[in-house]
Amino acid sequence: MMPGPTHDLQTGAGLMACPRCDALHVEEELQPGETARCIRCGTVLARPRGGAFSQLIALAFTSMVLLLGAVFFPFLEISRMGFGNATSLFGVALAFADGILLPLVVAVLAMIVGLPVLRAFLLVYTLAPLAKGLPPHRHAATAFRWSEALRPWSMAEIFVIGTSVALVKVAGLATVHLGPAFWAFCALIVVNVASRGFMCQTTIWDAIEDAGLHTDGREMVEAPHP
Amino acid sequence: MSQVEPQGPVLTAHRAGLIGCRSCGRVWPDSEAACARCGAALVPPDRRGLQAVWAWWIAGLVMYIPANLFPMMRTQTFAGLQGNSEATILEGVLELIDHGSYDIAIIVFVASIIVPIAKFGSIAWLAMVAGRPASVDQAHARLKVFEVVEFVGRWSMIDVFVVAILSALVQLGFVASIHPGPAAASFALSVAFTMLSAQSFDPRLIWRGLPLQSQAGN
Repeated sequence: MMPGPTHDLQTGAGLMACPRCDALHVEEELQPGETARCIRCGTVLARPRGGAFSQLIALAFTSMVLLLGAVFFPFLEISRMGFGNATSLFGVALAFADGILLPLVVAVLAMIVGLPVLRAFLLVYTLAPLAKGLPPHRHAATAFRWSEALRPWSMAEIFVIGTSVALVKVAGLATVHLGPAFWAFCALIVVNVASRGFMCQTTIWDAIEDAGLHTDGREMVEAPHP
Repeated sequence: MSQVEPQGPVLTAHRAGLIGCRSCGRVWPDSEAACARCGAALVPPDRRGLQAVWAWWIAGLVMYIPANLFPMMRTQTFAGLQGNSEATILEGVLELIDHGSYDIAIIVFVASIIVPIAKFGSIAWLAMVAGRPASVDQAHARLKVFEVVEFVGRWSMIDVFVVAILSALVQLGFVASIHPGPAAASFALSVAFTMLSAQSFDPRLIWRGLPLQSQAGN
């Protein structure tokens, strides 16, 4: 806990504004496991977890591996009256490949594979040096900001629910076999939920700042100079 | 984190002549244009930002009309002998009810009809009452509505994925085949535009209309 005259109402140093309601708070260092909520609207401002960075990196790598598997293994297969058809994830996106629906191919691929992979990569790029105690990469702030901005657009979990709806619709029509890619996506949901639990944006921003990016002397933690 | 002034009305960054970064929470003097920590643009909490909300909102509504009028997918069974049906979103739901799969009918109905309409209504209401005087309880209710809209918006994309999966999977030549219809594109755009509309809404406006004397402080 670091109370006292560390903040400055003229420059905003040592203060934090709630992103939801703009209420001003004095920044304090939290212990892992503590939760800071906005005094006015109750939004969680910070919720640091011990060892979160290495967990997040591990989970990001896991989701990259799962997504790679999901792309290259068969996704679903159906058969009826001697006719059969199998599809991969690419097949799903390419369902829109004719006529005016063509842009949807790119959009669907981005939402279910591209953005999840990109976000995992950006997170590793941001966190890997921080976890090792090194100064962050040059574009760490931009990378992490984009990773957060793209969060609503990466829709792997929605895709899984969509798959189950499609399976029920098709169940009366033909026999369905679930491929490894389907199970990879199910596992991805679990990984995403776990990653959400460890994610604390405020902690990561502070870590990026404390580890040496934008050293304008406004950091809460003083660098251990002798 | 403790409040700067525990007594009296809640001190906001705006009232203190400062500007808070919505991306990372860092506070800067009012004159700054971009957050030096995370690089995001610093936007003051005023009603000007609502123009973007309304622009995306209208775009989303415009795309929602063809999404409901054009077929979502085209089903062909036995080379058209047993019927060659084109179904819009609503017809798709009715078809599911005919087949007796009520649970899936409810999921699709909620995801592609109830949620989009409720979302249009909620965003319009939030944008209209933003910055107007409100009690603390009303502000909490508005923030709750905003959070629900923000959370639920992307789930409408389910329908687009269902069409994609079915069209890719059900290609059994003579027996049955499913093809996507033009409504899939306009529905996807409508969902994307309403997501952008909700994202452009600045929840800090909800709290700007609060009376200066908060009950808690007296």
